[in-house]
Amino acid sequence: MARTSTATQPPIAAPDKIPVALIVNGVKTQLNVAPWTTLLDALRDHLHLTGTKKGCDHGQCGACTVLVDGRRVNSCLTLAVMKDGAQVTTIEGLGKDGALHPLQQAFIDHDAFQCGYCTPGQICSAAGLIAEGKAKSADEIRELMSGNICRCAAYPNIVAAIQQTMAHHD
Amino acid sequence: MINIQYARANDVTDAVRQIAADPAAKFIAGGTNLVDLMKEDVERPSRLIDISRLPLKTVEETKDGGVRIGALVPNSDLAWHPLIEQRYPLLSSAILAGASAQLRNMASTGGNLLQRTRCYYFYDTATPCNKREPGSGCSAIKGVNRMHAILGTSETCIATHPSDMCVALAAIDAKVHVTGPPGERTIAFADFHRVPGNTPEIDSNLHPNEIITAIELPPRGFAANYSYLKIRDRLSYAFALVSVAAALELEGDRIKDARLALGGVAHKPWRDPAAEAAQRGQIANQATFMRAADFLLRDAKGFEHNSFKIDLARRAIVRALTQAANGTPQSQSDKKIR
Repeated sequence: MARTSTATQPPIAAPDKIPVALIVNGVKTQLNVAPWTTLLDALRDHLHLTGTKKGCDHGQCGACTVLVDGRRVNSCLTLAVMKDGAQVTTIEGLGKDGALHPLQQAFIDHDAFQCGYCTPGQICSAAGLIAEGKAKSADEIRELMSGNICRCAAYPNIVAAIQQTMAHHD
Repeated sequence: MINIQYARANDVTDAVRQIAADPAAKFIAGGTNLVDLMKEDVERPSRLIDISRLPLKTVEETKDGGVRIGALVPNSDLAWHPLIEQRYPLLSSAILAGASAQLRNMASTGGNLLQRTRCYYFYDTATPCNKREPGSGCSAIKGVNRMHAILGTSETCIATHPSDMCVALAAIDAKVHVTGPPGERTIAFADFHRVPGNTPEIDSNLHPNEIITAIELPPRGFAANYSYLKIRDRLSYAFALVSVAAALELEGDRIKDARLALGGVAHKPWRDPAAEAAQRGQIANQATFMRAADFLLRDAKGFEHNSFKIDLARRAIVRALTQAANGTPQSQSDKKIR
């Protein structure tokens, strides 16, 4: 690209906050955010849904994974203004009527976490993976879950938890 | 992050008009690279023009039997599209070798072409970098350059292009459709990215104020004999040290046509038609593949920490061409290299 990124620019007036309508965990939500506010910061700081975690904040760890219109994405690299009108599902919205989501139960059954910091992202990512329907074998689960890092290395148990959920899903 | 304005583009014409009106504006689609670079203070656009809602999201057959891919088709949708899986499995495989499932869900086809290098010094605003700040110097040439280029480098830059998808698109001979203020034009894939020369701040031959609208694939997809082999520091979710897109058309045990492109080794997907021509009419065996590798790498030059890439590339080329000839492409989930 010929556009240089470091050209000296005159100061830019701070923009007005922009109204954004999101359906978060089934609830219609209206927000006013700056253009640079990520979906992650909108969820955590504006809506106080702190289940979604900020790990690296650069799309490298997967802790911030949520579902947008049913697809798993890194909320830290998603600008909230760009998702006006979207349906967002976070870890808080996966379970229904006070019951755990089958993935949440499977993660407990298989001891698929230690510190738990990556777990909301792991579970949202796994929900996206199951919806995609592409992973069948353990190898395929591992590959398609590679965007979620677990520093405690609970990986074998995470794969087992996902396999259990997929078996009941079929 | 920095202060930015935000606007949505209503259609392609409006997008071009908006970008032409503000020299410091940038388009945003998937945002996976741009938002990250803005957090790092490497990209400092005055305005983001959101093109993510433009109607450029279809994958359709062309009249000549090829396929036209809208610039906003997400990488994951493209990799798993039946037309691509069946007729261009090399492209599908290369896409699935890159990034993570989440990033592929977000990243657009056009944006994948415009990814910027992952050179550590480009990202580190405390160090000189000619790509980030022209004329400031290259910190990588005498620095930590394990991931850097071995082909087509210059005295100003040894950065690599990070894409996997583009390596397959180069091998397949894709075309890039773009629209700018004067109208539409088409760029051959080999001419899209460039070598750094004395202007490493320019990644591609896309003009300022142009927008990518589509990628077009020619009818031939090499679906029978192909492999995308990616070598990296961990088994998944890492940029290539070396990657190889190999495709063959065989007649018995003889090579009728060959395609060979490398990733992770240059400022652009590295392809040399002469290295492909040298294989035509030859028996598809290790000796032929080694000659092709030697030819493609004849000008390779390593730096302090990346000379290993030359041998790694040579062996990866031979392995990928062998996988292609045998009809046993590299799996992107079972990582054993056979």
